[in-house]
Amino acid sequence: MQKQAIFQSKLLPYALVAPQLAVVLIFFYWPAAQAVIQSFLLQDAFGLSTSFVWFDNYVELFKDPAYFETIVRTFFFSFAIAVSSLSFALLLAVMADKPLRGSMLYRTLLIWPYAVAPPVVGVLWIFMLHPSLGVLARYLRAAGVDWNPLLDGNQAAALIIVAAAWKQISYNFLFFLAGLQAIPKSVFEAAAIDGARPMRRFWTVTFPLLSPTIFFLLVVNIVYAFFDTFGIIDTMTRGGPGTSTVTLVYKVYSDGLLGGNLGSSAAQSVILMVMVIVLTGIQFRFVERKVTY
Amino acid sequence: MALRHFGAAAAFAVTVGMSVSPALAVTEIQWWHAMTGANNDVIVKLATDFNASQSDYKVIPTYKGNYADTMNAGIAAFRAGNAPHIMQVFEVGTATMMAATGAVKPVYKLMAEAGEKFDPKIYLPAITGYYSTSKGEMLSFPFNSSSTVMWVNLDELKKANVEIPKTWPETFAAAKKLHDNGHPTCGFSGSWVTWVNLEQLSAWHNVPLASKANGLDGFDTVLEFNGPLQVKHLEKLVELQKDKTYDYAGRTNTGEGRFTSGECAIYLTSSAFFGNVKAQAKFNFNAVPMPYYPDIKGAPQNSIIGGASLWVMGGKSAEEYKGVAKFLTFLSDTDRQVYIHKASGYLPITKAAYEKAKAEGFYKDQPYLETPLLELTNKEPTENSRGLRLGNMVQLRDVWSEEIEQALAGKKTAKQALDSAVERGNVMLRQFEKTAVK
Repeated sequence: MQKQAIFQSKLLPYALVAPQLAVVLIFFYWPAAQAVIQSFLLQDAFGLSTSFVWFDNYVELFKDPAYFETIVRTFFFSFAIAVSSLSFALLLAVMADKPLRGSMLYRTLLIWPYAVAPPVVGVLWIFMLHPSLGVLARYLRAAGVDWNPLLDGNQAAALIIVAAAWKQISYNFLFFLAGLQAIPKSVFEAAAIDGARPMRRFWTVTFPLLSPTIFFLLVVNIVYAFFDTFGIIDTMTRGGPGTSTVTLVYKVYSDGLLGGNLGSSAAQSVILMVMVIVLTGIQFRFVERKVTY
Repeated sequence: MALRHFGAAAAFAVTVGMSVSPALAVTEIQWWHAMTGANNDVIVKLATDFNASQSDYKVIPTYKGNYADTMNAGIAAFRAGNAPHIMQVFEVGTATMMAATGAVKPVYKLMAEAGEKFDPKIYLPAITGYYSTSKGEMLSFPFNSSSTVMWVNLDELKKANVEIPKTWPETFAAAKKLHDNGHPTCGFSGSWVTWVNLEQLSAWHNVPLASKANGLDGFDTVLEFNGPLQVKHLEKLVELQKDKTYDYAGRTNTGEGRFTSGECAIYLTSSAFFGNVKAQAKFNFNAVPMPYYPDIKGAPQNSIIGGASLWVMGGKSAEEYKGVAKFLTFLSDTDRQVYIHKASGYLPITKAAYEKAKAEGFYKDQPYLETPLLELTNKEPTENSRGLRLGNMVQLRDVWSEEIEQALAGKKTAKQALDSAVERGNVMLRQFEKTAVK
């Protein structure tokens, strides 16, 4: 099947896409280009003295072994956040999809947390798990657990991953639920008649039919984990203890906004941008093959 | 419907615009600050009183978020060409502001050009030293200043039969006793880990934190806080962290609740914590001077300040500067300083205001409000205790905190951590030096 619109005038199609293109150029490409330019400059916070330094900002970054650690850590965090929030959301969606009394209420309640801004999520979890402020932390300590994410890097990392994943569960849940409801019931009935048990029905029917949704969410979640988590990190750990929760995007934020080092911050954003482009490319090139539309 | 709203809004905008614009030639002075709660009330009252005292100028205070937010907003506004006239900047932003020649108007120049009477000697040198060049020229106007003090829970100390400690060894011993007597999770602790355990510790013992008078004499400064005193101190903290005789409470002041809740009976943090302590603590408390190591000759020296100062931004008209200068003179008034001191708990910035509060017997009821002043004026400030001026201080502190956390978590020795903090910090200082306007 092929779709082809016929335009009388050669200019009309261009005129029709022009507004969209303008928006994309002004709000996406222009700032991106600015970041690239800024990454070649050395500038003070006030923009009073500017010098062109070629690739110095990049060279400095790659000379720093800590930067590689940050890259590895970011990939680990993103993977952990994406996998945990996707699997948990899928579990919830499958359960909420069952014919239950009051299922609308469950669904609504599950969607709500999506409206919470990342820094608020951070503060929320702080109130539960901060070693001196947290309510849950007090119980944990009372139960004999040495809970101290201020000094234990693994606990801090776990805290960030859980909070960031939690924030994304609602969003994933929404898509999964819609995806599940789009699967015709007759397919399940046929499988049930053939004697397939629920788990088998899920893996052989639901999962493949849901694969486009899963794939879309995988991309979205990885981009989320890469870019949108600095608010959570800033409110919860500020990158500590040590550097155990510094991710690439948090480093961009802290170097640029806290440190006023715009050149290096811009160079890091450019690297981040390239990484996400490559990552998304890989996903579409290789993961998408497993997707059946 | 939408259009009608728009029409109404436009009409409203026009009326407002007309009613505010010229007629009276009042020069507006924008004042961006980071004060909330009771301190915000103080700011509003100061502006209102000033506006009522004369009719040529109008000071308009605007809250811009926390210290870092206010500073970033000011920098962004400057880049966009509409900076405020006066900006409240926390002490760690001092070097960044100072390096921005042209973006700021030094206060001593402003006062001279505006023809305002201005004698830098009436201000407390321990406070103004932080904001002055090595020649004593005041660059920004001190506004709210505090210092590190040791908060003690008198009830718990009594219960554990502990005297208020004066030295560090006494503090460690007291913490041990507290730890064994009902405080298993915290013998003592503190906020702002680098401020208390590196910056103040160094000044208090007259030991350099960095070369060139801690950066006051130039941006080509090098960090030097990996000396024996600081290493010994951190080693002790690491040792005490193991059984929570000392328990780390984070990089900022998020752990302060551990004092007011009674969990930690000894807690080192800013004197500006007093408002919260007063409101929340259900026990007798006091704030006493920071401990010192008696084996260090000459200790204790004097402490350095925290808090913020007012920076005047560059590129404004002579008329506007005149108003700003008048406002600063207004703030320097003795009675006004006494009012600010009493209402906010921050330090008075003039000698006369301090004397007056003392004469009124203010410190008899609230001795903890005099403690930071006694620390600051303990001795004539030296090269090592006049203040700090290091570029990118906010981020520097994060890097130092990272290393201290590594030591406390047992991943590095105290010496390794401080060496690494110095090394990483120096890289950042060189970076800052490159971008500073010459």
